[in-house]
Amino acid sequence: MNEETKFILKKLVFYAFIFTVVAWIVIPIIISTLYGFALPKDYYDPKKILPTSFTIKYVKTLLITLGALDGIKNSIIVALITIAISFALGIPAGYAVAKFIFPGKDTIKLSIVALRMFPIPVMAIPLVILYIRLHLIDTLLGVALAHTAMSLPFVVLITSSIFAGVSKELEEAAMVFGLTRLGSFFKITLPLALPGLAAAAMFTFVMSWNEVFVASILTLAHRTLPAQILSIMAGASGGAAPDYYKFAAAFIMILPAITFIFFARKYLVTMWGITLK
Amino acid sequence: MKVKSSYIPYFLILPAFAYLLFFVGYPLVQALYTAFTQNGHFSLATVRKTFTDPYFWDALKYTISLAGVIVPTQVALAIILALGVNRVFKGKDFTIYALTIPLTISDVAAGLIWYSMLSPSGFLNKLLLNIGLINNPIYFFGYQYRHMEFLAIVLAELWRATSIVFVIILAGLQMISHEYLEAAEVFGADYWTRLRKIVIPLLKPSIQSALIIRTLFAMQIFGIVWILAGRDIPILAGEGFYRLTELKEYDVASIYALVIAGLSIILGALYIKFMKAEYLEVRG
Amino acid sequence: MVEVRLENLKKYFGNGKVKAVDGIDLTIKDGEFLVLLGPSGCGKTTTLRMIAGLESPTGGKIWFGDKDVTYFSPKDRNISMVFQSYAVWPHMTVYDNIAFPLKIKKHPRDEIDKKVKWAAGMLQIGNLLDRYPAQLSGGQRQRVAVARAIVVEPAVLLMDEPLSNLDAKLRVAMRAEIKKLQTKLKVTTIYVTHDQVEAMTMGDRIAVMNKGKLLQVGPPTEVYLKPNSIFVGTFIGAPEMNLLEVSIKEKENGLVLEGTGLEITLPEEFRELLERYINKSVIFGIRPEHMTIEGVSTLEHVKRAREIEGTVDFIEALGTDTIVHARVGEGNLIKIKLPGHIPLEIGSKVKIVVDLDNIHIFDKTTENAVI
Ligand SMILES: Nc1ncnc2c1ncn2[C@@H]1O[C@H](COP(=O)(O)OP(=O)(O)OP(=O)(O)O)[C@@H](O)[C@H]1O
Ligand SMILES: [Mg+2]
Repeated sequence: MNEETKFILKKLVFYAFIFTVVAWIVIPIIISTLYGFALPKDYYDPKKILPTSFTIKYVKTLLITLGALDGIKNSIIVALITIAISFALGIPAGYAVAKFIFPGKDTIKLSIVALRMFPIPVMAIPLVILYIRLHLIDTLLGVALAHTAMSLPFVVLITSSIFAGVSKELEEAAMVFGLTRLGSFFKITLPLALPGLAAAAMFTFVMSWNEVFVASILTLAHRTLPAQILSIMAGASGGAAPDYYKFAAAFIMILPAITFIFFARKYLVTMWGITLK
Repeated sequence: MKVKSSYIPYFLILPAFAYLLFFVGYPLVQALYTAFTQNGHFSLATVRKTFTDPYFWDALKYTISLAGVIVPTQVALAIILALGVNRVFKGKDFTIYALTIPLTISDVAAGLIWYSMLSPSGFLNKLLLNIGLINNPIYFFGYQYRHMEFLAIVLAELWRATSIVFVIILAGLQMISHEYLEAAEVFGADYWTRLRKIVIPLLKPSIQSALIIRTLFAMQIFGIVWILAGRDIPILAGEGFYRLTELKEYDVASIYALVIAGLSIILGALYIKFMKAEYLEVRG
Repeated sequence: MVEVRLENLKKYFGNGKVKAVDGIDLTIKDGEFLVLLGPSGCGKTTTLRMIAGLESPTGGKIWFGDKDVTYFSPKDRNISMVFQSYAVWPHMTVYDNIAFPLKIKKHPRDEIDKKVKWAAGMLQIGNLLDRYPAQLSGGQRQRVAVARAIVVEPAVLLMDEPLSNLDAKLRVAMRAEIKKLQTKLKVTTIYVTHDQVEAMTMGDRIAVMNKGKLLQVGPPTEVYLKPNSIFVGTFIGAPEMNLLEVSIKEKENGLVLEGTGLEITLPEEFRELLERYINKSVIFGIRPEHMTIEGVSTLEHVKRAREIEGTVDFIEALGTDTIVHARVGEGNLIKIKLPGHIPLEIGSKVKIVVDLDNIHIFDKTTENAVI
């Protein structure tokens, strides 16, 4: 075997590897989406690997009759409240960690890192008692408050790494020209940090959008989309839905997520790589 | 700018910190109280009730064995993927995009997606039947096929959460200066030696954090199992959920929460103790 | 141990937009110490990386002896290299860094130990062997990189500014050590530097590059005394060569360089080379150390000299030397380097003595040397 055939062979093997990997990720998404719109007779026909006749009936029933549309609305509200609270609390903290030196800073930073790992969702179980007492049970605000606890450590760490990246000279220059510290924060630092903050917001949104345990425990009537789907679909906690509803549900759940990642894909690797470190 | 200032930073951090402390501290205290008291008096009755329930031990066993199978496989897979993708080739951007899609897919959705692949009338069965590899569908779901359910959960979870590990490791890989590898190459190291002596050791911090994150999240595994297997495969979070929502047993559910929290703390501490990257510690 | 031959070597980046190396032909003899000299960004590192196999050439060939290694991978070339940015591995101690090449080549343990300690001793980092690179200064890290490169006996040794980050005293010592070692091992060496003194004292030959092209290759004294272009003439030597625009005139006593405020009669033997420049402008070059001031000091070994008149404009006293800035005619400022401390008054009229055997005349358009 000469060098050239070896080279070509190597390339072939490599592309086969890449193709397999991409197929492994993409095929299940395509299949479940196709099935979500398939007629049951196609799905149950053992001869038909891929369905050929389609309907939007099940997606529609799920959205309207079974209330998934409300679930989507609730999910969006919860996610937005979560972003609002965790940014209001997290940005100042992230800024302090990035730009100040003070006693106990390392301890605080470390405990925030540790809190990120703490199974906060599971802690929703004992939270129920408090929520009942405070009339927060089955409210979207209640879910958002718990989601904030989940996302806050991430927001603090992301924002602190964003602010640490904004050069101090720029801010100092602004202060030399007469802005106060607060003024230079709003006029210089914040605009420069905006793209990073947008990425952090998306991160928080996805986290809240996908969270199911807390949402299922803390709500009954006002459910977010995953909680609602779970209660419709899961065999253990009620009658299992027919298969084709499951696929329709999968489609409804992943569509926003995939759209989102398409727009954010540029930042993903760097952003989430740093965040999750 | 790094400013020494007496109270401003504390003032800025306090709200976030207090919020977190409350949402961790209050439920912990509440859980301990609910779990260890009865009618206002200290009591081990709930603990006894939980620990004599075979479901508890099954849940513990399945949670740990799922993590034990899934997490190491994910890390190995992610390292291979990251190494494969971290070079210049046509379609690199698309490949990375595809690999990161599951990042935003929830466990519930991932469970449903894999149900479409593995159900008796699902894609895999129909494909294998039609090319004649099997004569009867392979059953992945149902109590009598628990081993297959386990496998289905593993497959779905590998599909969903390898992305996170992949992203962490790829980011770590991209931070390794090319010159470190070039230097090794100049001194005669072949691909495997470079991998073993340079890449993997330099990736250690990334691998470590991926391991920690994945292991701790694996202790809370819930949605994917609930969708694919229900209580056929009991898991800790699922049992806690069931006890709370179906049986309204706050006390038992609280113990499940405490067990998961305890496991997380112990595992986190163990990782930090045993996986230090020495060359990073000495800096500064 | 092997001859290295570069044949029309090219490297373009960005689809040909950046011509980092633009057609180099160069043979480095077996066991030779070649110094690659040139301004920042001229393509030195790129050339070295191609020889190492870290960069595949856009065109041309690389030969090690009679083997075409152009497409060999680095590990198959039996080379060793000091990287410009050190590339000292952060996760290994100094000891492990230096031992790495030996371990790869499967040397026995005790031999590795001996060699690592020898190399570390030579570079004066013997007391740092247990440390991690993060605990070292830049200069110490650089010495680890050098130790790592010399610990093996490669066929070709490539060094990219290996002493750039050391203090003056250490640099002198290391210079001598590296040169001694190279002479002993007779390893073919390509050494990149910005430092003139390093280039002059260490190289068997110097290759001067600019903008991806090779301008002149030769022994240090030849490159210094007979630069083939204005670029080489001014790049080597400090303070740099004086350049004056003059014209060549035919006079009764022969050819004369005529500029504002100066007139230098040239010896008859230059006539043939200068014939076609008569009544044209050329660039006249003279190094500051090839002139003196009458009555102040004398130039040794000078056979033929000419005098021009000037006014002292400024004095730079360097301790060992004095640089006299003198005004010649209208607006021409030339520098003269004199040994020792020279007490001259600013504004005083002086007679500047020019060593005729060390003058340079360059074509004004091609900038190539005529004399
Ligand atoms: N990977 C690259 N992509 C694009 N351009 C490059 C690349 N590497 C080098 N260059 C360009 O090629 C030219 C030569 O670079 P090189 O590093 O060889 O210079 P050098 O002579 O080593 O300079 P210095 O003395 O500053 O180290 C420069 O203009 C540089 O910008
Ligand atoms: Mg260079």
